[in-house]
Parts: sequence; C-alpha cells; structure tokens
Amino acid sequence: MTINSTAQFVNIGERTNVTGSARFKKLIMNDDYEAAIEVARQQVENGAQIIDINMDEGLLDAEAAMTRFLKLIAAEPDIARVPVMIDSSKWSVIEAGLKCVSGKPVVNSISMKEGEEEFLEHARLCMAYGAAVVVMAFDETGQADTKQRKVEICERAYTLLTGIGFPPEDIIFDPNVFAVATGIDEHNNYGVDFIEAVREIKKRCPHVHFSGGLSNLSFSFRGNEPVRRAMHSIFLYHAIPAGLDMAIVNAGQLDIYDEIDPALREACEDVILNRHPGATEKLIELAESFRGKSKADEKAAAEWRGWDVVKRLEHALVKGIDAHIVADTEEARLLKDRPIEVIEGPLMDGMNVVGDLFGSGKMFLPQVVKSARVMKKAVAHLLPYIEDEKDENAKGKGRIIMATVKGDVHDIGKNIVGVVLQCNGYEVIDMGVMVPWQDILTRAQEEQADIIGLSGLITPSLDEMVTVAEEMQRADMDMPLLIGGATTSKVHTALRIAPAYKGPVIHVLDASRAVGVASTLVSGTLKDDYVAKIADEYEEVRIKRANKGQSKLISIEDARTNAFEADMSLKAPAPKQPGLHVYDDWDLADLREYIDWTPFFRSWELAGNFPAILEDGVVGESATSLYNDAQAMLDKIIGEKWLTAKGVAALWPCQRAGDDVLIDTGGGEVRMPFLRQQIAKREGRANMCLADFIDGADDWIGGFAVTTGHGIEEHLARFKADHDDYSDILLKALADRLAEAFAERMHQHVRTELWDYAAGEQLTNEALIKEKYRGIRPAPGYPACPDHSQKPLLFDMLDATANTGITLTESFAMVPTAAVSGFYFGHPQSEYFGVARVGEDQLTEYADRRGVDMDTARRWLRPNLDG
Amino acid sequence: MSVREAILAEAQKRIMLIDGAYGTAIQNYKLQEADYRGDLDLSADQKGNNDMLSLTRPDVVEAITYAYLEAGSDIVETNTFSSTSISQADYNAEHLVRELNIASVKIARRACDKAEAQDGRPRYVAGAVGPTNKTLSLSPDVEDPGFREVDFDTMKSVYRAQCDALVEAGTDLILIETIFDTLNAKAAAMAAQEAAEAAGRDVPLMISMTITDMAGRNLSGHTVEAFWHAIRHVKPLTIGLNCSFGADLLRPHLKALSPIADTLIMAYPNAGLPNDLGEYDEMPEDTAAQVAAWLDDGLVNIVGGCCGSTPDHIAALAKSVAGKPPRTIPQMETQTRLAGLEPFTMAA
Repeated sequence: MTINSTAQFVNIGERTNVTGSARFKKLIMNDDYEAAIEVARQQVENGAQIIDINMDEGLLDAEAAMTRFLKLIAAEPDIARVPVMIDSSKWSVIEAGLKCVSGKPVVNSISMKEGEEEFLEHARLCMAYGAAVVVMAFDETGQADTKQRKVEICERAYTLLTGIGFPPEDIIFDPNVFAVATGIDEHNNYGVDFIEAVREIKKRCPHVHFSGGLSNLSFSFRGNEPVRRAMHSIFLYHAIPAGLDMAIVNAGQLDIYDEIDPALREACEDVILNRHPGATEKLIELAESFRGKSKADEKAAAEWRGWDVVKRLEHALVKGIDAHIVADTEEARLLKDRPIEVIEGPLMDGMNVVGDLFGSGKMFLPQVVKSARVMKKAVAHLLPYIEDEKDENAKGKGRIIMATVKGDVHDIGKNIVGVVLQCNGYEVIDMGVMVPWQDILTRAQEEQADIIGLSGLITPSLDEMVTVAEEMQRADMDMPLLIGGATTSKVHTALRIAPAYKGPVIHVLDASRAVGVASTLVSGTLKDDYVAKIADEYEEVRIKRANKGQSKLISIEDARTNAFEADMSLKAPAPKQPGLHVYDDWDLADLREYIDWTPFFRSWELAGNFPAILEDGVVGESATSLYNDAQAMLDKIIGEKWLTAKGVAALWPCQRAGDDVLIDTGGGEVRMPFLRQQIAKREGRANMCLADFIDGADDWIGGFAVTTGHGIEEHLARFKADHDDYSDILLKALADRLAEAFAERMHQHVRTELWDYAAGEQLTNEALIKEKYRGIRPAPGYPACPDHSQKPLLFDMLDATANTGITLTESFAMVPTAAVSGFYFGHPQSEYFGVARVGEDQLTEYADRRGVDMDTARRWLRPNLDG
Repeated sequence: MSVREAILAEAQKRIMLIDGAYGTAIQNYKLQEADYRGDLDLSADQKGNNDMLSLTRPDVVEAITYAYLEAGSDIVETNTFSSTSISQADYNAEHLVRELNIASVKIARRACDKAEAQDGRPRYVAGAVGPTNKTLSLSPDVEDPGFREVDFDTMKSVYRAQCDALVEAGTDLILIETIFDTLNAKAAAMAAQEAAEAAGRDVPLMISMTITDMAGRNLSGHTVEAFWHAIRHVKPLTIGLNCSFGADLLRPHLKALSPIADTLIMAYPNAGLPNDLGEYDEMPEDTAAQVAAWLDDGLVNIVGGCCGSTPDHIAALAKSVAGKPPRTIPQMETQTRLAGLEPFTMAA
C-alpha cells in the first residue's frame, strides 16, 4: 500500500543492523541467515516503513554479507515490499548493496568528511543507481556539534548537491544526535542544537528530509530502559514539529508522551531542552528510582467493579468505560467454552442495549462511539483466541468495505459510519483514505464483501466515485455500492453514479441511516424490493431533472452586462503591512476563544445551536458530555501542545481585468480567473463574480492558508493503536474546529492589523460567527469560487507549502486536513454568493483563461455544469 | 530541435506510433537455416536467430521495417532484441554483437530515410534492448534463494557493449523493453546512459516494463508504480508497458501509471492472448478497438504492437488514433519517491 503525502513520520527499522542489535550480529556471525531474515520480516510486520541494513563489523566481510542478505530478502515479497536503507560507513559496501537492490533505496550515508570531490563522486553514483541519500553533517574538520556548524555544513552540502542536479527531495540530512547528560557541560545543549538546526535547515533547504539515530541521545543511561525510552519519546516529541521526519528507531519501544510519569517527563525535558544547569544531576538522581519500574498501579475499583462479570461488561459498554475491559473480557473468556461465545453472548447483549438506546434516541453518537471503543478493545483481546480456533463464522451480519476515495483525505464521517456499523454487528474493513479504485475492487473481491461504502468530502471526490462505479461495472461486479460524505447527494448519486453501475447504488444521508440500509441490503427477503424501490426513486430524480425547467442560464456576455457594480469610492485603503506574513506557531489558547461550536455538534449528528444545545431537552445531556470531553481534550491539546498552528497571510496589489484579477505578488503577475453567476436573475439582482469587488484601476487582494493539523498524526496513531475511535474522531473534529477558528482569527488580524481597514472593529465571537464584519474570505472549492484547482495557484503565491507545511493531493484536498485557505476581499460591499450552474460559453472561456484544455476544465467544474 | 524535444512536443500533439512484431513477419518468409547463416562461418545452427538476419538477409529486415513505416509508424525498432553477448551465446555468435547492432541501426535508418523522402514526416530509430534470459533479481536454484546466475557488473557490461554499438551506428533512441526484471533494467539504463555520455550525445531512453501476472507486477515483483519510482532517475523519454497481455488487460495498469509519470507514456500490447495453438489470432480491428478504450481516458502518447501484431494491426491502430488527443503530461508535486516491490512516497 502506498503511504501518501499523509506520511508524516517514517519509522526506519533498526534491528537488521549488526552495530545496533547484538542478536542480529550473532545471527550473521554464525551464518544463520534464515533467522536473520526473520528479524527483517518482524521489522516490517511491526510497521517499519523502511528497513536499515548494516553489516559494518570488523570480523565480517561486509560487502559479501550485505550482498547476500539483500539477495535473500529480495526473495521474500513481504519484506521486499518496503524500500531498504543501505547503511555502511564504507562506500564499497554501499555500492555492493546498490547493485543488488531493484527498487529505489536510500543510501546511509555520505558526507564531506573526505572533501567535496569524494562527496560529489558518491552523490553522482547514487543518482546513477537511483537512490535517495542520507547526508551526515560531517565535513573535513569533523562532525558538526553546534547548531551553527550543523546548519553551515548541511547548507553547503545542499548547494553542492543541487548544483550537480541531485533532486533535493532525495536528500535526507542527519545532523547528528549526540549524547546528553554526560556530565560534561559542553554536551548539555546537544539536544537543543539538533532540534534548532533541523528547524533552520528546513527553512534554508527546501524539500529535504531529516533523520537521526536516537540511541546516542540516552547513551549515559545504558541499562536503564525506562529512562532511555522516556528520553527518546520526549526528544521525538520536540524534534518532529521542528522537521524531523524519519528516525532509526524501534517503534515498539517508545512511550506515549503524556503517559510518561510527570516527574520523569519534566526531568528529561529539562535535560533535552537544556532548561537549567542542574538538569543532568536531577535526572541522574531521579533515574535510579525508575530502573526496572513498571507502570503505576491501577486505581481502586469503583462500586460496579463488585458486580458479576456479565453485568460489568454491559455496564462498561453502555457507559463507555474502557479501564477494565481487557481484564473483564478475559474473565468472561475463561468462563466460556469458546471465546466467540463472549462476543455472541455478553458483549453483543451489551451492544444491543447500546443499539436500542441509540435507535430510540436515548443515546447519541458520541456515546455510541465511546461504547464502540470499549467493544473494539474487548474484541481485539479475543481475536487471537478466536483465530486459534479457526472459526470461519466471524463475518457477522455482513462484511462492508469502506474507503475514502483517491485524492481525498477526509475521514471523520466515514469513521463514524464504520463505528456505528460495527456496533450493529457488521464486519467493517476500513481501507483508510486516498484509496485507489483498484485496491477497493481487489479487496472487495478478495474479502467477498457484501457492500462497498465510499466516502469523500471535496467535490473532486464525486468524480472519483463515478470512476469507482465505472470500474465496478467494467469488472462485472454486482455488490451494492453505498455513497456518503458531505458533498455527495441523492441527486448526484442518481444522475452520475448510479447510471455508471448496474449493481445497486445508494446514497446514505448520515450515519444513523447506514444500519438500516445495510441490514436491508444483506437481507435475502428485503433486498430486491428495496433495490428496486431505490432504482425507481433515482429514475424519478433523473426524469424530474430532465424535465425540470431548470432556471434559465443567460449568456456570459449578458451576465457580464448585469455585473455587480461596486462603489469604488468605498474600497479599502492600501494595507498598513502589505506582503507576506508567516506565523509559525500561533497560540492555540488564543484560537480556542474563536471556536464556532455549532458545526462541532453537527459533525456528531447532534442538531441545535450552541450554547442552547447544552440545555436541549432531547440531546442536551449527550451534548454536554461531549462538550466536556472536548474541553478536556482541548486542555491537553493546548497544555501539551499536541498541535501546532501554522499560517500565512498576504496582501498584494492587484487590478481587475474582466472577470480575472491580476495580482502582483512581487515575484511576477498572477492571473486569477473567477467564475460569474449565469442564472437568469430577477430585476435588480446582479450576476455576481468575485472580480466585481476589485477595482479595475488599482486595488488590493489578500490570500491565506492556515492549519492546526501538524502533530495530529502521532496522537491519532496512538488512539488507533489503542482501539480508541472516540478520541480519534474527537481530536480530528477539534482540529478542524481550531483550523476554522484560526481562519477567523487570521481574518480579524488582517482586518485590524495587517490591512487595517477596520482598526476599530470590536466584535464578539458570536458576531464574528455571524460574519458581521466588513470584507469576505471565500475559499476555493466553495460556492463563490467553486473551482478547487485554484488552490495550487493560491498556494504558489503564498508559498503555502513551505510556509505552513500544507500540501495538496491530486484532487486538491489539503493535508493536514485541519486546514483552511482562501482569498481576502476588503470592499465593504463584498458578500458571499454561490456561482451555481455555469454555461458552456463560460466554461470554454474559463479553460482558456486558466490555460487548460476543455476536458480538464470540465472535470474541475463538473459540479457546476449541466448534464 | 533535439530528438528528445521533437518527440516530446509531437507526442503531446497527436498520438504517435511505434511498430509491431518482427518475429511473426519473419515466419512468413519461411526462411531456411542457410538464409540465417548466409556466408558467415558459425559453428552452431542459426535457425531462429532472427537478429542474425540483419547481417545475412538485410533485405528481409528492411522490407518488414518499411512495411511498418508505410502502415504509419513514426518510430521503428532495430532488429536487436537479442543482440547481446548473453543471447547470442545460444548461437555461439557472441563475437558478432557489435556488427549485429550496427547493421540493424543502418537498416532501420535506411528504411526511415526512404519513408521520410516519401512524405517528409520525421521517423526515428529506436535501438531495441531486450531483457536477455538471465535475471539479476531471482535465483534459478530453488534450494538457494540467494544464488544468482549473473551479477550487476557483468550484466551492465553486456548491455554496455550493445549500447555502444547502437550509439556508434547513430540510433536516435534506446528502447529497453519487455522488462521482467527491474534490476536488469536498471543495469541496462545505466549502461545506455554511460554509452551515450561516452559518445558525447543525448540518446533518450524509452523504458517498457512487462507485466507477468494479473496483479500487475513484473517477474521481479514490482508494481507498475514501484517500477516507475525505481527507474525514474534515468529521466526516460517514455515509460510504459509492452507485451504482457492484450490491450484490454493493460488498461488498469496504464491508468495507475498515467497520473504519476511526468514523462510520455508508450504502450504496445500483444495482439490479444495466444490461442490453443500458441498463435495470436486477434484481428487488427479488435486490437485497435481495445486500444481505443485507452484513448477515451487519455492514457497514452505512443502506441504500437508487440507479439502477434502485423503491419495491418499498426495500420488499424493508425486509423483509430488519428485525431484522438494524446495524454497530457501531469504536473508533479515534489515528493520523495522510494520503492521496494511497492511504491513509498513522502511529502517533500
């Protein structure tokens, strides 16, 4: 499976290294290659995305050992599927390795230790063999220790490498992790030097990656594993936000940052961040008490802990308490003949109670998701026993494949639907995000799925769903296809997706309907009638659509004649601070004040406006509980800095040219075409276009991109590993809210500081939410400028990827997903509107203005076109 | 304009054509061993050594090449699929590698010149480099998966000798085709680049993988995407697929390749799958119709035929691609693209 642009941090397997693993070394020295291969296999199974292979041992013919090992793993598809990192301090060993590797490997490492000439010769060979390369911060005078030396050497290496045409994205810098807390004062700042060097090099050397070997760091604490693990976790916690994106590390031996004992955490942090002179001494003192110590004892059992196990399981499920679930499940397993009976018995009984409460509206989605978390943990515990029994009966009520389609990364909704289906006894195979149609089809056929469910949030995903349907048709499949996600609709499904596929295609409006639809589709008696009924319904939609006197479109010329005429004497003055403004780390506590909570509750399918919803007679209790959980998590997000808010805003001089805006970014002029409404309007109503708010003579426009998603992956991975969908969804939903809050806050900052046309503005958050301010911030892909493909143009002008770390997928979805981007219009008469349908005439012209062919333009604007 | 620039521009204006199979056409001549041998002093039986015909029956090779050009091919391959010392060793003719390659380029160029003189349209010679029957990634010995019949340096020097001769004779392009082993292809590409560099000119590479199973992998186990990541560093003029199956079964793999390849895509499938007698009996119109399905999705820039195809197939293809828009090369995000048997991408 492809790790796409969401791969934030790459674990490099370190066990296949004779210098790092005594066991591996022994196997190789004893010529036991068979067992050595198993070490590699385990690394991959445990999640290593690249495996590092090192045979540098004095008594070993390293070239021969490297060659032999690489040839042997080439014959093991489940190992060879991941790239290898050929690790040696001897070039001859590296080159011998390059001659055996058929994919595209990474060379670890080359450096300027022996001068520029040899460095470049090795780099050229890496290019010729087709390899990425780790460059050590090492030059003729030695290894870089201070931040300044690290930066200086890496920048010099970067200039040399790019000078010979070495692709910058294939450069991975290793700025040397050195031991701290050694008792030598000069070493105290090594941790900080590394982290700060990474931050600086990342700025100066676009597209490069960073790696480091962690074990050096904690060298002083050899033999004290708890302390070493804590140090490694804390180091990563601080180095990853700075830019460290890969590390040679045993992923299974890292602790979760906020589960580290607070005293130990603080002491380690003091050492790594060099926060005070006595830090080393304090950690050494404290370290002794952690040697060999396990996790703290669990808290005393509450009253319900005295009940019998079946009642305890039900209670835990209904209340969503996961603290004792594994122990209770184990107890129940020992009482039963077969482990499956625990699921079929007490666990399903408990979930049925949950299902009934949910079905009757007495329990709400957030609680159901919490219950599901408990269920998942219980099932995860039982699974190995069930697999031992080779029970083929695990398919449950039906097997459903779920995926967010290729090009899209949004998955909150999909995850919620998955959880609800699981709670109701379906087996859900969640393929994740950005899943290509081939994988979906193959998996569905392999697993003999009963249903495929597709999800997507951005409009280009609608096209991708059509592709999936077409390919299912081409593959002659007949399993039902469910469609869901924010931009999907019954109309689109009926008009575009259903005609592409002969099997049943059904749009599912929200999570609460998913179970009903699924149970009908897997039912022998109800399915055919239901499918026929839906097909009729969709046919009706199509007929209605065909016959509907759709509101008439006028020609683009006529629409232009009826353009909105803004009073240019009112336009905003020139900004106080024009140009580009980058914000690396906006205070999350500040953003918290700007959160709009109403959509948060909506994402959990709780209807009502905030704050009234907390008092609501029906959902109030559930909303309050969710709100409390959200606040508690926000405390952690902010207090422990789970997320980093990065943003960029810019104000540029511009002028209007027809429906385009010509923007002077300082580095050349950018033509930004906008679309105009073409629906025939009532007398006195204009056919709007965003360009109408810009002066043809001279004016100003702004752009922004903000994200609060950096750092999220680490925590989501933790929740996933913990089978904790509730926290997973909650964190994603909160990150989305923070991103929206950041967009709101940034807009305010622009109005009152950067552009400063509204210096005296005093608005409450409520007023902000109601958009009671002057000026608008429309986002590409949304109604006023519905073309998502404007995002790359906007991103280029903002240098948004470099400045905020947000990247775009092929369908123009932003990664991290908690991100917002858009334009600023300052004219007081500017307002939001929807472009809606546009005609072929405007499409043709727009393709020309964008400099793309008609097919491309048609694909981009499909949601706004007829037919 | 260089050959690279010319083809890059042309193949984004219209779909260009490469040729079809030579083996099928040669069979029709019903040649005897004496034809293959000519007056060369060779110890082994030469029957079936099709590449040898470039020296002994250049008229046959030229006639077939010209028939493809008449059918509409813009690019023709040299008759050198097996003109390496490894493949010629089967006929005890490895000492003729240089002569074979030089003669073949000259024949192809002659045919191209003749066709260009007819209509003024430029034609290009692609020096064909086959995979040989040795593999760098797999062990022929089931008992010892670490064993290899041949090593990288040997393979590279074998390819280098062929590429030196192709370049010396003035080939426009080098086509490394029917790649079932990705590491062989890396050795061949490195050899081709070194040969061109030694001659001081740019000889663009065309790279064509062959899929050997329905899961879309070649024999060394690489997916199409992983293969592209592994070979992208040689900056090929074209990347694509040949042989494998018929056009219909290649389509999903082209669809996977199209959005990630920032270069031209060339594909030349077999004329269907062999029938019970091992013969290819797919009609030209059928092949053309299946290739037409690629065109609707804008998946290719250059098409042609592989096993079982004839000048009639190419003529039918020429008809069905005429006026159809070629694929547009996508703009690629800067990403780190690594690969094992499967691709691995990191945002950069």
